[in-house]
Amino acid sequence: MQERVKAKAIELLESGCRVLGWKAGEFFYDVTPAVFTSREEIERDFVFNPFCGANQSKYLIAESRRGGRVAAFLKPCDTYSFQQLQKEHRILRENVYAVGVQCPGMCDMDALRAAGLRGVTGAEDRGEKLLVHTLRGDREVDRSLALSERCRVCKSKKLLDCDEMIGQQGEELVSTRFTEVERLEAMTPEERFAFWRGELSRCIRCNACRNVCPACSCEKCVFDNPASGAENKAPASSFEENLFHIIRAFHVAGRCTDCGECSRVCPQHIPLHLLNRKFIKDINQLYGPYQAGADLETRPPLVDFQQDDPEPSIVGERGTNP
Amino acid sequence: MQVNQEFRPTIAAFCCNWCSYAGADLAGTNRLQYPADVKIIRIPCSCRLNPLFILRAFQRGADGVILCGCHPGDCHYTTGNYYARRRMTLLFSMLDYLGIERERTRVEWVSAAEGAKFAETMNEFVSTVARLGENRRLEDLRCKSE
Ligand code: SF4
Ligand code: SF4
Ligand code: SF4
Ligand code: FES
Repeated sequence: MQERVKAKAIELLESGCRVLGWKAGEFFYDVTPAVFTSREEIERDFVFNPFCGANQSKYLIAESRRGGRVAAFLKPCDTYSFQQLQKEHRILRENVYAVGVQCPGMCDMDALRAAGLRGVTGAEDRGEKLLVHTLRGDREVDRSLALSERCRVCKSKKLLDCDEMIGQQGEELVSTRFTEVERLEAMTPEERFAFWRGELSRCIRCNACRNVCPACSCEKCVFDNPASGAENKAPASSFEENLFHIIRAFHVAGRCTDCGECSRVCPQHIPLHLLNRKFIKDINQLYGPYQAGADLETRPPLVDFQQDDPEPSIVGERGTNP
Repeated sequence: MQVNQEFRPTIAAFCCNWCSYAGADLAGTNRLQYPADVKIIRIPCSCRLNPLFILRAFQRGADGVILCGCHPGDCHYTTGNYYARRRMTLLFSMLDYLGIERERTRVEWVSAAEGAKFAETMNEFVSTVARLGENRRLEDLRCKSE
């Protein structure tokens, strides 16, 4: 796969595009998005491996406005964000050449650790398998064991709105991504409170979850506004963090494609996807199924209404387990 | 607020200018009583209520927050309250999901002619929140005791 993607990158560069791709970071697993402008750079630095989790679509907001054309490699989940951002008039589509790359699922270190691997120094793509180098020698593991949480519950392998594809077109999948939300809903309020207190207490307010999110691309963000009461990086009151998490999730409600980037980048391993998915699940249940980014036409649920929408008191009426 | 050992909750009531705010006025002119714990904040339409305002009210010491707007179909701007309804439903559901007592937030549609309903709603809401006591959880969410 790496060779095919790399060859395509060179071809597109020579046809006059800048190329948005990935290059190795400090460690083998922190592969970083990068813009390539020369053949030498691509040959030297371009990587496409099982750790290319980063969603490229956010970078297209700026890149599509920089003049000239930019080529990007998008995984199926990235294409949902890509289309959602077009719907919000953030990406100038005509300046982007989108190459859809079919995806066998991306891996992360959490999964490798959970699979019992220690001292991992590198990993190689072997299709269904992953060849993991460790301090104690090499080990081959099933790729399914190394998959990140979001890839284990992937909602769709469909590549939307691409100019070209590498690999086969895929299908929407039946996903179990709401199972964990349901488990929380079934708890008592006290248990839920204890759960979230445990999770959110770890937040260091680095803002990475906001910065990485394609939906969180407002030019003026409320969290940069000193008057918002939730702006500080070193909060004066514990309230600020709670405001931050609730408002961050609320601001992307109806626009979040569940791409999983926020949870991926959180250095404190806070399961932010459980907040986003709660909104997605509620929207699906209360206002009808909706997948952000799936098309350009459907009105987003929070800028739409029905006269017979349920009243807010439904939250109490349906109980903790709707 | 603790006065004479008896807990009095602080209630922030966001009232739409065109209906509930006038409803509150009517309750006043009709000398219908409702507790002084209710602090009314006038907004131009229920749709003006940014969810952040609710959290901000809690941050500044409210124990309960209520939004009052025109009845669905009667919004001065035609449809504002329909959007507000969706937002509040989702926000309240999220607060519930975080384990915050769900009785601390509420939406009620009160028209300018419903002074009695306004007073009744406030009396009821104040006693519900008084029963729950001080709002601690939203603040404590991040302070792990263990
Ligand atoms: S947190 Fe809200 S205001 Fe800030 S970037 Fe995200 S959506 Fe925009
Ligand atoms: S909130 Fe998280 S999952 Fe949703 S779009 Fe943003 S980064 Fe992706
Ligand atoms: S990325 Fe994690 S630690 Fe950083 S602000 Fe977001 S939730 Fe907090
Ligand atoms: S004007 Fe009263 S709710 Fe819109």
